[in-house]
Amino acid sequence: MRGRRFDRGWTIAPAVVLFIAVALVPIGQLIAMSVSQIDWVQGKAQWRFVGFDQYARVLADALFRTGVTNTLVFAVAGVAVQMVLGFALALLTTKVARGRLVYRTVFILPILVPGIVIGAIWKLMYNFDFGVLNQVLGLFGVRPIDWLGSTATALAAVIAVDVWHWTPFVFLLMLAGLESLPQDVYEAARVDGATFLQELRYVTLPLMLPTIVVTMLFRILVGVKVFDEIYLLTGGGPGTATEVVSYTIFRRFFTEGQTGYGSAMSVVVLFAIAFVFIAARGLTERRRASA
Amino acid sequence: MKRARWRGVAMHAGLVAAAIIVVFPFMWIALAAFKTQISLMIGEVAFTPTLANFREVLSSGTSDYLANYGNSLIVASASTLIVLVVATLGAYSIERLGWPRLAVHSFLLAAAVFNAIPAITLVGAWYVGFRALGLYNTYTAVILAHATLNLPIGLWLMATFIREVPRELEEAARIDGCGTLQMLWRVVVPVVMPGIAATAILVFIHSWNEFVVALNLTARQTATVPVAIAKYAQENETKYTAMAAGAVLSVLPSLVLLFFAQRAIVRGLTAGAVK
Repeated sequence: MRGRRFDRGWTIAPAVVLFIAVALVPIGQLIAMSVSQIDWVQGKAQWRFVGFDQYARVLADALFRTGVTNTLVFAVAGVAVQMVLGFALALLTTKVARGRLVYRTVFILPILVPGIVIGAIWKLMYNFDFGVLNQVLGLFGVRPIDWLGSTATALAAVIAVDVWHWTPFVFLLMLAGLESLPQDVYEAARVDGATFLQELRYVTLPLMLPTIVVTMLFRILVGVKVFDEIYLLTGGGPGTATEVVSYTIFRRFFTEGQTGYGSAMSVVVLFAIAFVFIAARGLTERRRASA
Repeated sequence: MKRARWRGVAMHAGLVAAAIIVVFPFMWIALAAFKTQISLMIGEVAFTPTLANFREVLSSGTSDYLANYGNSLIVASASTLIVLVVATLGAYSIERLGWPRLAVHSFLLAAAVFNAIPAITLVGAWYVGFRALGLYNTYTAVILAHATLNLPIGLWLMATFIREVPRELEEAARIDGCGTLQMLWRVVVPVVMPGIAATAILVFIHSWNEFVVALNLTARQTATVPVAIAKYAQENETKYTAMAAGAVLSVLPSLVLLFFAQRAIVRGLTAGAVK
């Protein structure tokens, strides 16, 4: 039966070709560049092999280390708050009879807006002189705060933006999860006279655990990629207060034009994330299999 | 009874508060877009709306915003089209054409890993590669990058939707003598149309919103809307209200899609994340 084999070959071919040409080949090239010193002479790249020197430099790069730390703080703290808020809001929504559609529409809004625009909005809102936050504080006689310009508040301010941006998304997934839970368990709990908290602790949370774990991993994964908001809001500053790893790569590769070194940094981040991702996926799959 | 009602009120109050927090920044920037710079600076609540910011963004000689808008439309439409075709074919192949499980598994794992990688780690390689091919600052470069970045999500979504197509339909078409391509086009595609729509909307919005790739692979002629807005925020440090107008205009396509296709968006977002 030539037909079937032929069919399955040509139908998958475009995906495989695109993947190889625009993902695998560039990754290969990235590795090649990472072991080379590349100078641009009149728009032409001059390559010189330098071995693994640049990898050693990456690991010793103070900015890179700060970037990694801040990225982890940003992703973990932001996602933790989003999970709690998103879950609570979804729980509330399932308890109210009316207005579900309206809430859902409103909460989808931030997910659809470009990160850059989110950055632009909050850059204005955080503005020291005329931002709405300081204006409101002013009404209560509080002196204006330099939200994005002071080391003490900048990272928290950027995390707050992320919470605002992504809590609705967590809400959406939690709501979908809650709505698909079997209702008879709840009736049984009610018959047994379970209080709201008992119901939450012994029925809802255990049933929702898989959804919660998957959502959390997915959100952390996206959180680690953060770039747009940082680019617009702080540019990694003040000092290195909001330096995240994507921004460090951008800085080294593009702003400073260190093609080879930037590539080495990209390779380190790329493989670290791929490794963590595969490990986390393996853990959740085994869990699912044993459950 | 009374207690239950109070509880209902409290719950609504919580949700309304959350909704206000979500909407407020949008209202505020929308208002800022209709203010003069001075009005924004002194924080006027009651003000006379002006269209000057939109005029500045859309028709002043120094602004490329309309061209950026056109670029974004071209890039987002083309990359969406590529993802739809490639992902529909690929998902059908994976789901229905009897690949060994191991092959399917490895392919999907590779796609998932690729999806986990931050785009910035690849942008450097794309920059150098596309430059060498003479494709830097062309639509082709951004379109290919966006299509590839969105291919994993396209594959998952389409695989989910194709899985639900009854096999009997395909078998009936086969018996009627349809070839694979004909059968896909006449039977499978019409049945999964809602899924295709959900995928298309999601990929379009992703591409429309994407910044870091567009920033580094485009120059003035091909810059997309997010790149333009970032320029407003950075170079014209003082043009806050014009930036607000640009930001407002940039979310219009998403708002229109949200208005007409909310269900499709929800379907795409939830199905796409739970992989």
